[in-house]
Amino acid sequence: MAIKVEHELHERRRGRNSGVGLLLVGFVAIVFGLTVVKVLQLGEAKQFEKFDHVARPQIIPQEGDQ
Amino acid sequence: MTDATLHDTSYEAGMGDYFALLKPRVMSLVVFTALVGLLVAPVPVHPFIGFVGILCIAVGAGASGALNMWWDADIDAKMKRTAKRPIPDGRVQPGEALGIGLTLSGFSVVLLALATNFVAAALLAFTIFFYAVVYSMWLKRATPQNIVIGGAAGAFPPMVGWAVATGGIAVESVLMFALIFMWTPPHFWALALFVKTDYGDAGVPMLTETHGRRSTRNHILIYTLLLVPVALALGFTSIGGPVYLATAVVMNAWFLKGAYDIWRRDDAASEADKHKVEIKTFKVSLYYLFAHFVALLIDAVLRTSGVV
Repeated sequence: MAIKVEHELHERRRGRNSGVGLLLVGFVAIVFGLTVVKVLQLGEAKQFEKFDHVARPQIIPQEGDQ
Repeated sequence: MTDATLHDTSYEAGMGDYFALLKPRVMSLVVFTALVGLLVAPVPVHPFIGFVGILCIAVGAGASGALNMWWDADIDAKMKRTAKRPIPDGRVQPGEALGIGLTLSGFSVVLLALATNFVAAALLAFTIFFYAVVYSMWLKRATPQNIVIGGAAGAFPPMVGWAVATGGIAVESVLMFALIFMWTPPHFWALALFVKTDYGDAGVPMLTETHGRRSTRNHILIYTLLLVPVALALGFTSIGGPVYLATAVVMNAWFLKGAYDIWRRDDAASEADKHKVEIKTFKVSLYYLFAHFVALLIDAVLRTSGVV
């Protein structure tokens, strides 16, 4: 029997590897999507934005601000 | 020698074999009831969070299916219906099923907690525990009431869906649970009356075999009678409405008629017409559950659009 380069087992392994790959990509997409949704639900960024160890001139109240 | 010849004697599972471990058909029912539980809740959910919530519930249900197949591999191999499942068929190793079941359980519960809330996650964790441990490990081989108590596992999804939206438990979600919980025994026993099962060979006690078919007929009628008030009560809660109430009245009368017909005849009559009544009532039971949940959905749509 001739040895085939492409064995059926290789095909199955490739399918499994692509499946796991797709699942991981899907998982990343879900975590990313959740992050976007949860951050947007926090509302106006100015409400919770703080200095976080660096000067943030844009959030210092300016003259004329309410 | 290539690595292919090295492994040729033992089968290596493909992606589809792993997917079969998750019991996709059961999963579709879980997705449907959980989705209704989520959509009828009075609190709106962001569509993406709702999607992730339902996905977690589906994966959690699949994980408990994998754990069930791992535990029951010995009896699955003895029964015709289940002999072709991935483990008894030799396509997946028991250890793999256990690993997949535990991993997916952990993932689904933790992700649900992070995406939605802890009540929903705790309910999902309990559902998995209930199906894999309470039903599969403790009840299934011990008592003919296995289907009654085990039915709770299939009844939790709408409660989890409701908790995804509201973050809590309410009379409405408990009644949705009770509806599926009370519906499962008569539905399953109607099936048991006309399908030749080999549970006996596998040592799984089933009511038809431990208490006889006459007793099973009595049980179907009693449980259907107990189901009716639960189904009607749901119509008088905040998620009920005219469509649900009308559906409930019609479907309960229809199912009750079937249960009564099953009760009043004996096996001789049943054999004579090839279990016509039992098969019909089993089909009615399928429409019954589907119609109730679709009606809840329609009423929810009517409410949000301001029609009722």
